[in-house]
Amino acid sequence: MSERLETTPSQTVGPYFALGLTWEDGAHVVPPETPGAFWVRGRILDGAGDPVPDAVVETWQPDADGRFPDNTDPQGTGHGFRGLGRCGTDDEGRWGIWTVKPGGVPDREGVAQAPLLAVTILARGLLNRVVTRIYFGDEAEANAADPVLSTLPPERRATLIAERAEDGSYTFDVRLQGENETVFFAI
Amino acid sequence: MGPFTEQPSGLVLPRFRRDDEVHPPLDSPDYRSTALRHPKQPLRVLEHGLTELTGPVLGEDRVGPLDHDLTRQHAGEPQGQRIIVHGRVLEDDGRPVPNTLVEVWQANAGGRYFHDRDRWPSPLDPNFTGAGRCVTDKNGKFEFVTVKPGAYPWKNHPNAWRPAHIHFSLFGRAFTQRLVTQMYFPDDPLFPYDPIFNAVRDERARRRMVAAFDLDSTKDHWALAFRWDIVLRGQDETPPDPD
Repeated sequence: MSERLETTPSQTVGPYFALGLTWEDGAHVVPPETPGAFWVRGRILDGAGDPVPDAVVETWQPDADGRFPDNTDPQGTGHGFRGLGRCGTDDEGRWGIWTVKPGGVPDREGVAQAPLLAVTILARGLLNRVVTRIYFGDEAEANAADPVLSTLPPERRATLIAERAEDGSYTFDVRLQGENETVFFAI
Repeated sequence: MGPFTEQPSGLVLPRFRRDDEVHPPLDSPDYRSTALRHPKQPLRVLEHGLTELTGPVLGEDRVGPLDHDLTRQHAGEPQGQRIIVHGRVLEDDGRPVPNTLVEVWQANAGGRYFHDRDRWPSPLDPNFTGAGRCVTDKNGKFEFVTVKPGAYPWKNHPNAWRPAHIHFSLFGRAFTQRLVTQMYFPDDPLFPYDPIFNAVRDERARRRMVAAFDLDSTKDHWALAFRWDIVLRGQDETPPDPD
């Protein structure tokens, strides 16, 4: 195997990332008028249960048919679906993105997965991003069969499931540390 | 999709090399803000599927004509030492990452951020916001024009000062490659005292966050220049054909 370069280390986004990482349309994975779109909203909480007001949440997903934008396409157009959501937290640690439910995609062994959003969280005090996943509470059957969810202890599985509210939005709180700590992944 | 090989047995997906040991531990007590924010449960190792192997298309439509030049975003010019910061975004096998969004933000020449929460007594510069973005070219190259940021105090410990740095945010071409980091300047006397810089445990790894002075790229009577290449995780070798 050829000689590899060594990778560049991560550093925290610090408290002032809003300067560089704010997009006016960041929270809108899909345009406002998209049929069937909904909010996924939540709070980021620290180990003392206090809100984290200086975090940024990024979500990554395929469209409703399970198709990802293709950034290897030389035209760079994908198929018009951005797939990426980005939202900084407010003083109460709240964030939200407007999106559609992704189609399920198989894992690398070809096993069907439940619909999910991949999540990156960056914050002051996080020297590297943390990665988690959002599954949907109204997909009980798919969730029960999901190859990742089903390997988690039941009490921790719930930390990855966004529950649907009456207004059609989903709620997903993240606990970085302590009681009911969210499941985080090494990718 | 481009990077994936169709085999009779189905889609063969690559894996990205894990480089966890390069990065600073989330629990780094000398950087006090990590105390209540680092997960205590072990991270669960996730195999790379389509979700992890794909990434967003964030091209020229996200970038304005002056976004790469932080000295030309206002009516007048900012105070400070004008510099060119350039380099390449690479994968660890040396291949460039083309057409990928690079976002930067920084303090002004006096070390003050244009941000509500930064209130230390150093003046704002009406001609400097301190945010920039560009998209790498087909060889993975990026270039910004800016002013050298100043060091600034913070509350981590008594008389704490951050070495001068520029924040960088990169997507690469896959979710696995997402990286946010900081670029430092050579020979900064504050390095030994900074818990964020030193949270990267390996001295050689720390050096990879420090740009090099680049005389050849300076512009006479105009700007100094620094060069910094950013290396993202690459793919493992393509697995052998199962047949």
